Amino acid sequence: MTAVAAEPVTMARALNRALADALTADERVLVFGEDVGTLGGVFRVTDGLAVRFGEARVFDTPLAEAGIVGTAIGMAMNGLRPVVEMQFDAFAYPAFEQITSHLAKLHNRTRGRMELPVVVRIPYGGGIGGVEHHSDSSEAYFAHTAGLRVITPGTPSDAYSLLRAAIECPDPVIFFEPKRLYWAKDPSPLTTGTPLDAAVVRRPGTDVTLIAYGPTVPTALESAEAADVSVEVIDLRSLAPFDDATVCASVRRTGRAVVVHEAPAFLGYGAEVAARVTEQCFHYLHAPVARVTGFDIPYPPPMLEKHYLPNVDRILAAIERLQWDDTVELPDA
Amino acid sequence: MSTVATPRQKLSRDLLPSAEPLQLITPSGEAVPGGHLPDDRVLLDIYRRMVIGRRFDAQATALTRQGRLAVYPSSHGQEACEVGAVAALRTQDWLFPTYRDCVALVARGVDPVETLSLLRGDWHLGYNPYSHRVAPQCTPLATNTLHAVGLARAAAIKGEDAAALVFVGDGASSEGDTHEALNFAGVWHAPVVFLVQNNGYAISVPLSKQSAAPSLAHKGVGYGVASMLIDGNDPAMVYTAVQSALEAAQAGEGPTLIEARTYRIEAHTNADDASRYRGEDEVLSWLARDPIDRLDRYLTARSVLDSETRTRIADEAEAFASSLRDRMNADPMLDPAVLFEHVYATPTPALRRQAAKVVGP
Repeated sequence: MTAVAAEPVTMARALNRALADALTADERVLVFGEDVGTLGGVFRVTDGLAVRFGEARVFDTPLAEAGIVGTAIGMAMNGLRPVVEMQFDAFAYPAFEQITSHLAKLHNRTRGRMELPVVVRIPYGGGIGGVEHHSDSSEAYFAHTAGLRVITPGTPSDAYSLLRAAIECPDPVIFFEPKRLYWAKDPSPLTTGTPLDAAVVRRPGTDVTLIAYGPTVPTALESAEAADVSVEVIDLRSLAPFDDATVCASVRRTGRAVVVHEAPAFLGYGAEVAARVTEQCFHYLHAPVARVTGFDIPYPPPMLEKHYLPNVDRILAAIERLQWDDTVELPDA
Repeated sequence: MSTVATPRQKLSRDLLPSAEPLQLITPSGEAVPGGHLPDDRVLLDIYRRMVIGRRFDAQATALTRQGRLAVYPSSHGQEACEVGAVAALRTQDWLFPTYRDCVALVARGVDPVETLSLLRGDWHLGYNPYSHRVAPQCTPLATNTLHAVGLARAAAIKGEDAAALVFVGDGASSEGDTHEALNFAGVWHAPVVFLVQNNGYAISVPLSKQSAAPSLAHKGVGYGVASMLIDGNDPAMVYTAVQSALEAAQAGEGPTLIEARTYRIEAHTNADDASRYRGEDEVLSWLARDPIDRLDRYLTARSVLDSETRTRIADEAEAFASSLRDRMNADPMLDPAVLFEHVYATPTPALRRQAAKVVGP
C-alpha cells in the first residue's frame, strides 16, 4: 500500500491521478472516448492527459459508443489495455451489445486464451440537475452479466485505488463513477493495493447494517450519524462479484439490514443484496431486509429529482420500520 | 457486364467503386484481356484449397444430418471469397470471420475439428485465436468489424507489420457496427480490409430489401474508405483485390472496403428452407458461375492443371473429409468444470461454490 498524495483531492482529481499514474506505469495503457483528449472530458477527469502522454495514448474518438468499446476489445486482443469513457450513463447503452456479448464473454469463449483487460468508465447517477438521459443508475444491467466486474467508488481515495486496480485487472471492468461525488473531497491519502472485490465497513455500528455504494455512501453515513440506533455502514465498492463475507458477517452481528441505491427497486441491485443476505443470514435477522431506492419510474427531470433520490429521512424511516418492538401489533384475525 | 481489373497498385485507392464488378477470369475460364493475373502457382494453391474446402463443407453438412453437428451454415458457392481472401493473408495478419466462414478457417490452417467445436456444441470456440491469428467466429453479425479495426489500430500503435481482414455479409452491412467500424477505420487510417461477401440473401431477405445503395461497396465512400466492387466468384479477382488492399493497409494507406458479389448455393443452414424465398432457376444460374469450375477451366487451359493433378487434389480432399468424419464420430470429451473456470481470470468464491454443485468439491 503506497501513499501517493496527502492533500485532500476531489474524486475527479483522484481519478485523473489514477489515469496518469497508470499511463506512466504501463505503456500498454490507453485512454480514449468522446471529448477525453483536448477538452479533458466533460467532467475533466482526463484533464491534461493528452498533452502529457500524447495523442497516440490519450485521444478523442468519433461519437459512437459501440465503436469505442468494440475497438477497445480489438486493441485488448492485440495486447493493449484500453480505458474508455462513456460520457454519461445512458449514453453507454449503444455499447451494450459489445459489452455483454463480447467484452464479458471472450475470455470464457476462448477458454482463457484471450484476456480483455478493458476498463469502461461510466459516470452515473443523479443529483447534479442533469436533463433526461444524464442521470441513470444502470449498474444492474451490467452486474447481471457474468464475466464483468462492476466497481463503484464512494470516496476519492477509493476512486484512485480502485481505478488503478481495475486497470491492472485481467478481467474487463465496468467502472461506475458517481458523478455527484466528482467534486467531493477526501483527506485520505491516495494509495494502491485496495483489492478489487472487497466491500469495506465505512462506519462501525452494532444495531443495523446499512449497505450502500457509490453516490449513496455519503447519504448512508449522514443517516448513520442522525439515527437513534447504532448503524454500521458498508460501502460495497464491488457490485460484481459481491462480497458476501463482509456483508454477511456484519448482518449476523447486527441482525438487521437496509440496502440503499438510486436505481429503481424492481429487479434493482438491492433485490440481489436482500436475497443473498436473507439466504445466508436468515436465522440472525430480526426483520426483513429493507430497501431504500429510487422509484419504479423513469429518472425524473431535474426540478423533481429531489423527490426520487434516497435521502436521510427515507433511510431513517426504513430503519425505524425494522421491527424493533417485539410487541408490534398483528392485524386482526 | 464486368469491368476488367486494372493493375494491382491502381486497384484499391479510389473512393468510388466501379459500376460493374471487377473481374480477372470469366465464368467460362478465360482471362479478361488486359488483366494482371496472379501467378499460376498461387492460383493452383487456391484451387486446391477450394476443392478441399468444398469437400469439408459437404462433410460438415453430412455430419449435421447425422446429428453430429447442431447446425451448419454452408458456404458452398462462396469458395472464391473464403479461400481467395485467406490466400492473400500473411502469417502475421489477422482474420475476423463470421459463422459462415468455416471454409476460410480451414484454408487458414485451423484444425477442422477445432473449427467445428462451435457448431458441434462442445464449446463456443475450439481453436486458439492466437495460433493462426483467427479471431473467434462472429455470431452477432458485424460486431467483429469493430474488433478488427481496434486490433489493426493497436498494431499500428505498436508499430507491428500486421493488418486485419474482416468478413461481413450483405445483411451485416446494415448493422450499425459496420458503419461505426468503417468510420473509425477511416478516421484512424487503420490497416484493415473489410470484405463484404454479398451472397444475395440475409437468410431469406434479399438485397433489394437490405439496401438502396448503388452497391454495398458505395458505403465506404461516406466514410472516406477506398472501395471496390468485384466478382466474388472469381478466385483470381478476390485474391488480387484483397492482396492489393492488404498491401495498401500495410503501406499506411488506410482501410479498404471490398464488396464481392457471390451466391450461397445451399440454404442458410440445414434448418432453413430456401425454396420459400428463391427459385431453382436462380440457383442454377449461379451454379453456372461456379468458382471452382471457373478456375479449373482457366488452369486447365494453361496446362497448369491436368487430370493427374486434379485427381491428386480430389484424393487429398477425400482423405481430409475421411479424417474429419472419423474424428467427428468420436464423442468429444466434456468436462462441466470448464463452464466455471474462465468466467474470470480467477474464479470467484461464488463460482467455486456453484461449480461444486455440478462437478463435486
